[in-house]
This record gives sequence, structure tokens and C-alpha cells, in this order.
Amino acid sequence: MKKQTKRILQISFGSILMLIGNYLDTGNHWLTFGIYMVSYIIAGGDIVLTAIRYVISGQVFNESFLMTVATIGAFAIGEYPEGVAVMLFYKVGELLQSYAVDKSRKSISGLMDMRPDYANLVSGEDLIKVEPEAVKIGDIIKILPGERVPLDGLILEGSSSLDTSALTGESLPRDVYSGGEVLSGCININGLLTVEVTREFENSTVGKILDLVENAAVKKAKTENFITKFAKFYTPVVVALAALISILPPLLLTDATFNEWIYRGLTFLVISCPCALVVSVPLSFFGGIGGASKNGILIKGGNYLEAMSQLETVVFDKTGTLTKGVFTVQKIVGMGINDEKLLELAAYAEYYSNHPISASIIKAYGQEIDISRIVEIEEFAGLGIKAQIDETRIAIGNARLMERLMLDTPQIPPDEIIGTIIHVAIDNVYSGYIVIADEIKADSKVTINMLKEAEIKKTVMLTGDTAVIGEEVGKEIGIDFVYSALLPGDKVEKFEQLLLEKSPKKKLAYVGDGINDAPVLARADVGIAMGGLGSDAAIEAADVVIMSDEPSKLIDGIKISKKTLSIVKQNIYFTLIVKFSVLTLAALGFASMWAGVMADVGVTVIAVLNSVRTLGIKSQVQ
Amino acid sequence: MKKSFKLEGLDCASCADKIQKRIGKIDGVSDASLNFVTCKLVISGEESKMEQIVTSAKAVIKKLEPHVVVQSI
Repeated sequence: MKKQTKRILQISFGSILMLIGNYLDTGNHWLTFGIYMVSYIIAGGDIVLTAIRYVISGQVFNESFLMTVATIGAFAIGEYPEGVAVMLFYKVGELLQSYAVDKSRKSISGLMDMRPDYANLVSGEDLIKVEPEAVKIGDIIKILPGERVPLDGLILEGSSSLDTSALTGESLPRDVYSGGEVLSGCININGLLTVEVTREFENSTVGKILDLVENAAVKKAKTENFITKFAKFYTPVVVALAALISILPPLLLTDATFNEWIYRGLTFLVISCPCALVVSVPLSFFGGIGGASKNGILIKGGNYLEAMSQLETVVFDKTGTLTKGVFTVQKIVGMGINDEKLLELAAYAEYYSNHPISASIIKAYGQEIDISRIVEIEEFAGLGIKAQIDETRIAIGNARLMERLMLDTPQIPPDEIIGTIIHVAIDNVYSGYIVIADEIKADSKVTINMLKEAEIKKTVMLTGDTAVIGEEVGKEIGIDFVYSALLPGDKVEKFEQLLLEKSPKKKLAYVGDGINDAPVLARADVGIAMGGLGSDAAIEAADVVIMSDEPSKLIDGIKISKKTLSIVKQNIYFTLIVKFSVLTLAALGFASMWAGVMADVGVTVIAVLNSVRTLGIKSQVQ
Repeated sequence: MKKSFKLEGLDCASCADKIQKRIGKIDGVSDASLNFVTCKLVISGEESKMEQIVTSAKAVIKKLEPHVVVQSI
């Protein structure tokens, strides 16, 4: 029989018998006692047994034991209905609590439904369904439309769109082709993919994420540790008070009776379990971490989730974090030639070069290159390229190349200096330039703005780039402080200084792309790596991993953290206020044991239900 | 070596704490973690003693929470 069904039966039969005992005037004291005793045994016999088992194993301060002492105590002072009713009430509370815990567990595991159930392993001519754990590196699997990618791998055949929302919280599908990589946890939307497995399940993206989220509970927030400590002393203290209240007043006061004061003491025992806190606080943190992971933010522990609600300073790396880290053509200025023609010739001239700048020019041109038009190409390292395309001679490169060709370069307007300038000469006549620059991410500016709204006092950008570029980017997105031209060593030094400048109780976060900034990520109170999708280094080094490339996820992270902490605080205050009020009322003789049970299990149920709200925190940035 | 279990019917957070502590003290166990929310118990310990460890761990759970069903995963 299921535990919950058993509980319902115990409660029903126990209550019926108790009501009989209550309304049936037998006239015989022992018969009445017998009826109550039987209903007590039905309702709480198992609790008493558990209590005995605990005592044998040497533990006194547990809920079952305290409940047993309280109810048997009620019997001893002749309050039979009270004894039965408290046990029944406790059972109802336990039942509700178990429902509430179940519900929140289900919601949390719902968040983690990215776990793939099976993989279609290719075995000779056949396709067999196996557990993802059973697939080895080098095995070939097929992923049908609608299925979840079970393991990381390389696409041998086929193309498709993947729904990456389980990993990134991003709804936009990602297109993949033969030769490309697929990450486990994504859903294959339309094509049939044949994939060679490159990582075993344990090391695959989904395996790592699940492992990380499940183990996040190990690193506890300060609040959680406080609750653990508090729980340790709360129960013994309340039990000691119960003993004092039962014994002292009847001995010291003339008109106080043992029965009356023992009753008050027993009420104390009923309230002496800190369950509401012990259950709801870890659930809230776990819910917050789970909710964040659904939004594509992996948080490695309750401590980091807590720290994110106390941020004062946020330090950003520039390239790859606030900017895309990819060069793109920003502007084409043709002189004596139209811009399209200039770009076309430049793209042809750059075709054989593998410099990132060449790649950006070819990408901007975006059309098929007809190789037969390229007659001659000569590359000058550190300067540029000379080429002949059809009948046209073209020189493309930096200002020094133009100097060599005895050509004057024009004054570049200041707002274009932030990029790299590529000059073009056609048939030995200066013909214009192309500005290439790293692009600021679409949500960088919004992020900085919203950080200020979220009461972050100081935003800082560190970059190895020149002051001109650094300042310009900083101004564009509205960041408070920019430190440019930093070598990797300078970065750490500057960062240490920022750590010293913050208020002692507040926290500092560093946001980087996880490449090259491991030392700083580790030094920060909260090290946040961006673009973690598929990057092992980032997942290893950081405390928080943003799976997509968007800095604005930071805002979501902070919101989730603040909301979680506020729910945790609500639970703590609510529980403590109710418990201490009922304790006080009980000591004064105003609260019955019934109220005590309410303050115990009733509060737990409410706190657990409240903690479930941490799961529903929605993304804030569109 | 690591072994994972699912503890079905675990619904008391402080019992979970006790179970984790006691299993951690079993001879040969280097680390034991029990996640109350996911009901997942992970025991790391010496491979040669693993059989004994699992038996002892099950005994601990039986003693503290007799209704919990332990499943190997």
C-alpha cells in the first residue's frame, strides 16, 4: 500500500473512533479510555514505533519521539481527546507536507526533463534502442525528428534545426549541417541526423548540466547553514523549556496544578520541531537553481545564488562578453569608386588569406568568388595584399602599406578610429577604406542599464584593447569605469584592487567568456562565464555559467537570486513568528495543543508551498 | 568508485541529513551525499569494500527510515 493511502486510512478510522469516543456517553471511564486508546493506536501507532526505534538507536530529539511524548503525556493527565486529536492533526499535516514536497519535487524534476531516455544505436543494418549511458565514443547513432539528442557528437549525415531551449532557455532554433557538432539535450526538430558520438553520456553536455544542477545542493548558502545550526539548538532548547514549564511553576506557585502546566509543557513539545525551516529552505534554493537552469543559467551552488542577490560591483571582460568577439565590416567608404565595387575587389584580393580580417571582408561581400578572376596575389606580412583581379591591380592593407606605395591616406573621422581601418588602392590610386570592428552585443546596453536599476553600484569593463576602443565601447553601452590596454597580469592586479574597493558585506561578480580569464573567474565572489554551451573550460572554471551568449541573462540571474532569497526570508520570518507566538501563548495558557500542531505541520506545509514559487520566476529581458 | 541510488519515499529532510552523515562514516566511504530534493544518494568509496559498504548503507537507511525503498541507479 502506498504510504499516503495508508496515512489517509489511518486518519479516517482514527477520526471516526475519536468522534465515537467524544459523543458516545458510555458512562464507563475505562470504556471511553479504551475507545480513545484504540483510535490513538490506529492514528499514531506507527509514530510511536518509529519513536521507540529512534530511542533505541540513541536519538531523542526527533519529531516522532517528541510527538509521542506529547500525546502520551496528554493521556497521562487525562486529556484523551487531546492526545488523539493532536496525533491525528500531526498525521494530516504530515500527509499535506508529503504532498507538498512531492509536488515541488515533481516541478523540479520537470525542469530537468532534458534527460534523454534512449539512443538509437546503429548496429550493422539495424537500429537498436539503448540507454544513452551504454553508448561509447565512436559509436554511430541516428536521431529522428522530434527526438532528443542523447549524446554530444559530430554529424556524419543530414541537416536539421535544433531546439536548444532546454540548454539555453533560447527559443530560436539553431541550424546544423553535416560536419557540425550536436549537443545533447537539444531536440531535433525536422531532419534525420546520423551522428558519430564524441563524448560518453557522463561527459556530454546534458550529463554535465544534470550533474551540476543536482550537485548544486552540496554547496550551501549561508542562510542554509544558519538554519542547520539553528535547528540543532532550537529543539533541545524548546524541550528544556517544556520540562521547566511543566515542573517549576507547580512547585513554586501555590495555585498552579501539575496537570495544567504539564499540558502547557506538552504543547511546547509539539512545536519543538524546526521542520518548516529544515524542509523549505533547501527546497527554495534548489527551486531557484532549477528555475535558473531552465532560463539557461547554471548556478553551481546555493552559496552563489545567495551571493548574486548581494552584488555591488559587476566587472565585465570586453571581447566576447559585451562585444561579439567577431570582426565585422562596419563601414565602407569608396572614393572615386562605388562602395559595392570596392568591397567586391577587396573580397577577391583577400580570398586566399586566412587572417580574421579577410574572413570578415569576404563574409560582408557574401557572394560566390569566381577564382578564375584572380590573376595574381602577393601577401606582405604585417602590411596587406597586392593582387590582380581581371585587369585591375589592387593593393589592400594598413596605412603603412599605403605609405610604401607613396599614397596619402585621408583623415579618418574620430568615430571610425575605434575599428581597424583597411585602405584600398586601385591601379595605384587611393580609392577608399573599409572599417572593421568588433560588434557590441545587442543586449549589452540594456544589461548595463538594468544592472543600475537592480541597484548595482558600479559596473566596470576590463580590456586588453587600446584606450580609444575601450572608451568608445564603454561610452556606447554606458558602463561606469573602463580600464584599457591591460595585459593579462594587469587584469588580475586591477581586479584585486576592485575587490578591495567594494563594501565588506557586498559581493563582486566577474563576467567573462571563460577563455583566458580563469584566474579572475576564480578570484571573484561570483565568477560568471558566458557562452558556456559546449565549452568545458567555462563550465569548469566558473561558479555560474550562462549557456547562451547574452549578457542580459545576468539580469535574470540576479532577479531569480533576489526572488529566491526573499522567499527564503519570508519562510524564515513566518515560521519563527508563528512558532514563537504560539510558544508564548502556550506558556501563558492561551494556546491549546491543537494550535501547537498548527504551528508545527501547518507552517511547514505553507512554507513548502511558498518555496515552490521559486520555480516560476520568469525571464525579465526580451 | 561511485555508486548511485534512488531513495523512494524519503520525505523528511532531517532524516536525509542523518542518513548522509551515518553513511559517510561507514568504513571505506570517502564521500556520501544525499540530495533530499532529488532523493539521490551517491556513495564514493573503495572498490574492494563496495559490496560491504552498500550492505551497511542499506542497513543504515532501514534503521532510520524503514519505509524507504532503495533502488540502484
